Amino acid sequence: MRTAFINQLIEEAKGNENIFLLVGDLGFSVVEPFAKLFPERYLNVGIAEQNMAGIAAGLAMEGYCVYIYSIGNFPTLRCMEQIRYDICYHNLNVKIVAVGGGYAYGALGPSHHATEDIGMLRTIPNMVVCSPSDPIEAKAITSISVNYNGPMYLRLGKAGEKIIHRSKNLRISIGDIIKYKEQDNSDTAILVTGSIADYAINYVNEKKLRWNIYTLPFIKPINKEQLKDIVTRHNELIVLEEHQKSCGVGSAVIEILNDLFNIGEIENYPKIRRIAIDDRFYSIAGDQSFLRELANLSLNKDNIF
Amino acid sequence: MKNSILLAAEIRRHALIMNHNANASHIGGALSIADILAVLYERVLTLFPQEPTNPKRDRFLLSKGHACSALYAVLALKDFFEVELLDTYSKNGSKFTTHASHNIPGIELSTGSLGHALSVGCGIALASKRKQNYFRTFVLVSDGELDEGSNWEAILFAPHHKLDNLTLIVDYNKIQSLGNVDDVLSLEPLKSKFEAFNWEAVEIDGHDHEAIYNSLITSGRNAKPKVIIAHTIKGKGIDFMENQLLWHYKSPNEKELESAIAQLNKVHPIDQS
Repeated sequence: MRTAFINQLIEEAKGNENIFLLVGDLGFSVVEPFAKLFPERYLNVGIAEQNMAGIAAGLAMEGYCVYIYSIGNFPTLRCMEQIRYDICYHNLNVKIVAVGGGYAYGALGPSHHATEDIGMLRTIPNMVVCSPSDPIEAKAITSISVNYNGPMYLRLGKAGEKIIHRSKNLRISIGDIIKYKEQDNSDTAILVTGSIADYAINYVNEKKLRWNIYTLPFIKPINKEQLKDIVTRHNELIVLEEHQKSCGVGSAVIEILNDLFNIGEIENYPKIRRIAIDDRFYSIAGDQSFLRELANLSLNKDNIF
Repeated sequence: MKNSILLAAEIRRHALIMNHNANASHIGGALSIADILAVLYERVLTLFPQEPTNPKRDRFLLSKGHACSALYAVLALKDFFEVELLDTYSKNGSKFTTHASHNIPGIELSTGSLGHALSVGCGIALASKRKQNYFRTFVLVSDGELDEGSNWEAILFAPHHKLDNLTLIVDYNKIQSLGNVDDVLSLEPLKSKFEAFNWEAVEIDGHDHEAIYNSLITSGRNAKPKVIIAHTIKGKGIDFMENQLLWHYKSPNEKELESAIAQLNKVHPIDQS
């Protein structure tokens, strides 16, 4: 995903002189082509994320469309107040790009597990939260982000995620839910975000399940009409995410559905299973799929209907 | 045209009345920066009060947002908005929050959480360099605020990137929230710290208008950012407030306000011009 991101950003920057990339001394073998092509719109600020977020705010105040790039929790949790107060309160054109969502950097330990970021960032007003499921979504979101004048969070995977979408160019807008697989005679839908989508798709295919599959490239906002349509079609929803259960994607879906139900916008409230991390850290080494299993981010029969 | 001495007195007068009316805190730190603001706004900054976002303006960021009563006052006195609006300070429904708000003409950045504005100032100064604009960027921090580590990230950054268009002013009034700076977390030796970080550093009496002017009017030399360590007095100008921690919190009551205004009037009678 990070390659899809940087390649698309380079394409956009060729025609948009306002794009500025700040990195927090991370991005080896990713950001170099951008730095070489646009040295006057690139800067490695050093290992100083609070400063990076503040500098991004200042650059954006002067008209730049600023991307800040780092790994995991560093461009997010580490500088949360700068994001809230300097970037979001002033509604500035800054995009926060974190590589390594979830357990992508699994073996590096909990310092590198980005498993609370969605919850923390989606509570901040003016912030759009994006979580692509594959490189095709990452590319589309990068393109959208350039043309959106405001704060955005891009939660990327790492490298080598499998492409799940057949079309190379997705036509999506902010908030859209993507119908990955939708047929009429299915009572169960799985809503998934992030690179764990690949696992969900494989599982459904291998088990020959009649589930419909939707990916959520945006956690905030989520298109309510599309969500209503999904709820109308299914009695059972499974939300799968590589994030803490508290305040994550499943929570976001439930919050919206609860409010829609209360005002009578949906008649039948579906059964909802949230598959997410159960309020704990995992402090042993392991790759991404090992840690997903350890955290029970699995579609095994105990977790589903 | 008013001179900066009279402007400072008017800033103090308004700040005192605003804090009294609002029963608000932080008059001490507002009084300590009144002279610096007066010299900046009267004699140094390139301003466009009728067009506050004119790209040619100099940028001023008040990092110690809790001292905003003085900033609101100077902006009103320099015609960014009507002086009468100062009466709404802290009132229900007013834009004039008791920490600096960017929703007010002339205020670049909302502040209130300490240790933010210097990084933002670095970004603005960097943009100015990259876009080859020639405005200057000024950031005013408090002394206690330098406890915040984020400032030191920016203090490392600015000289590395040769941001000589950036000027930092430290309001060194020696008192922070719960005590003397020297007791809570000493900054000394402050000037040599900045010099070791490759800043051009000067120390001045932060109430001497000529010294303030002379330090502000020139940028850092040799491609260095400049820091002005302004030795100031918390509560400056009102004898019973000077150097008293209490006035970080207390709002002057009717009697104290009367006495304070009388002291100001004695030195600087209200400008009738």
